[in-house]
Amino acid sequence: MSTPNLKIEDLHVAIDDKEIIKGLSFEINGGEIHAVMGPNGTGKSTLSAALMGHPKYEVTGGKAFFNGEDLLEMDVDERAKAGLFLAMQYPSEVSGITNADFLRSAINAKREEGDEISLMKFIRELDKKMEVLEMDSSFAHRYLNEGFSGGEKKRNEILQLMMLEPKIAILDEIDSGLDIDALKIVAKGVNEMRSPDFGCLIITHYQRLLNYIKPDKVHVMMQGRIVKSGGPELAERLEAEGYDWIKEELGIEDETVGQEA
Amino acid sequence: MSVDTSFKFDKDYVSKFSSERQEPSWLAELRLQALEQAQSLPMPKPEKTKIDNWNFTEFKHEVSGNKQVAFHELPEAIRELIGKEEEAGSVLVIRNGAVAYHSVTEELKDKGVIFTDFATAVREHGDLVRNYFMKDAVHVDEHRLTALHAALVSSGAFVYVPKNVEVDIPIQAIYFNDDGETGIFNHVLIVTEDNSSVTYVENYLSTNDESPSVANIVSEVFAGAGAKVIYGAVDNFAKGMTTYVNRRGRAARDGRIEWALGQLNDGNTISDNTTHLVGDGSYTDKKTVSIGRGDQKQNFVAHAIHYGKHSESYILTHGVMKDTASSIFNGIAKIEHGATKSNGEQTERVLMLSEKARGDANPILLIDEDDVTAGHAASVGTIDPIQLFYLMSRGISKTEAERLIIHGFLAPVVGEIPLESVKSRLIEVIERKVK
Repeated sequence: MSTPNLKIEDLHVAIDDKEIIKGLSFEINGGEIHAVMGPNGTGKSTLSAALMGHPKYEVTGGKAFFNGEDLLEMDVDERAKAGLFLAMQYPSEVSGITNADFLRSAINAKREEGDEISLMKFIRELDKKMEVLEMDSSFAHRYLNEGFSGGEKKRNEILQLMMLEPKIAILDEIDSGLDIDALKIVAKGVNEMRSPDFGCLIITHYQRLLNYIKPDKVHVMMQGRIVKSGGPELAERLEAEGYDWIKEELGIEDETVGQEA
Repeated sequence: MSVDTSFKFDKDYVSKFSSERQEPSWLAELRLQALEQAQSLPMPKPEKTKIDNWNFTEFKHEVSGNKQVAFHELPEAIRELIGKEEEAGSVLVIRNGAVAYHSVTEELKDKGVIFTDFATAVREHGDLVRNYFMKDAVHVDEHRLTALHAALVSSGAFVYVPKNVEVDIPIQAIYFNDDGETGIFNHVLIVTEDNSSVTYVENYLSTNDESPSVANIVSEVFAGAGAKVIYGAVDNFAKGMTTYVNRRGRAARDGRIEWALGQLNDGNTISDNTTHLVGDGSYTDKKTVSIGRGDQKQNFVAHAIHYGKHSESYILTHGVMKDTASSIFNGIAKIEHGATKSNGEQTERVLMLSEKARGDANPILLIDEDDVTAGHAASVGTIDPIQLFYLMSRGISKTEAERLIIHGFLAPVVGEIPLESVKSRLIEVIERKVK
């Protein structure tokens, strides 16, 4: 199996005709963990949603390749089947479908007809992964995200990540709203996934998640572009000094795009 | 409007039909009178649904089914509905208007329970049937279709449960037309005496996708004092069938009638499900799911009328609309003056899968008494694109994601249905219809 690869070239993304991502390029491979950091309103979540194919975001320019194939030509489910995963900041609630049924449908969607995962194996895997994430087994039988607290939803996203075993995962602010214990658990789940066949793009405001999931590279986003890249030390400096020094360095006054206020 | 029903069926035809079946004279007379009324009575006027050009006339009335067969000779589709012969309990199968299979457990017979087809019931239990048939629940002269029903009723079932008898295993009826043209004039009469209980489950099926026919169905359910009736139904007529179905209940003091209806016809349908809560402390619960597809038009009424004090009604309707189908869902809780401390609750939800479909949810509360509680909720919505995105982002195809959302939407009703057999049959039919 070749190493997973996600390559983005000069990407432009708009929402309601307003350009949010303005020419963004980067590349991530299996075995690597990248962090994309930046203040609010700089286009981080737009980037992740657009890569997954969110219906509200329109790619207006540039290219994206997933393992050499044109990602932007694929439907949302094809992107997932190819091995892309997005852990969402605000996952939908779907009434009437249990978490377990949903997960099993998702796993089987990737498999050939006749090669569906056996119920026993599925339950075993699910139990194991829920244990890692310290989730009560009752969550398997609750309706998908319905009535889950913010933290429970985040754990549920990581549970899906672990069950679906994608090649490249994007975690969109998976740390927001988590207390330190929950953060550690979520990080434990992600760290279990680490392998040469798995690449991970972590989108976050804060450095604290990166204490538990060590990134290989750190990118800073402002005004819809990556304005600076470096190693883990960059995240530490951001945590200590904030973003102003970068703005100064680059002569940026307002780092946001598409801000409402 | 002129719906010409005058008339392939004249007095001679109806008299002959009745006498060939050796019916008691009261029924022969009732039929003739009804036939006469049918000529002058207007058609029903379902709210917001035009039925002027619906087919109510083109069907064959002569019964084409003719013989009873052994269980293993029934069509496979029917055997699947019944389950294993030895576990099926009491079963009645009517095929093209005639009894194809009938079995009643010894236990039921010993307890004095009657479960038989309509034609046999009027011959063998005429007086009992006469006491209830189209008198206090559904009236002959409500409109042309009720009158036609009385004039032409050809089949159905009669269930009688004596005082204090509890029937533990659901009794099942299957009404099945596969000759393409025979109309269904079915009358189901369920009478439960005080403190008895019974569960009745019916399946309606037909194969006439192309050829036109008519179903004119009336069910009358009487729950005696303290009696409990659970009535499950899955309607699944083919496209060619125009259906009028009226299921009505009357509950005496502390009587309970619980309806679980899967309204899954493919043809035009008018469905009225009304319960009269006559006695103090009486109770009804109506759970219905429906799916509209193709260009079918449907009109559903779920209606509870409270007369008794402390009476309760709960109506829960979920409908899914596809293609260019159009459905009107009317939920009505009527609380009459004097029905103090009563409670009427209703919820109607419609999920639209197509911009060209139409779905109206109309919750109506009519209250003539101050000292009551009542509530309603209604919504009509489409599939949330963000929900769809979420499911698809896990590799689930759009079709499968929509299927999951539809199942999820219907689950609160399907999941609440107290009968496993109805539940699994519903899931199966829903699966087929939402594809």
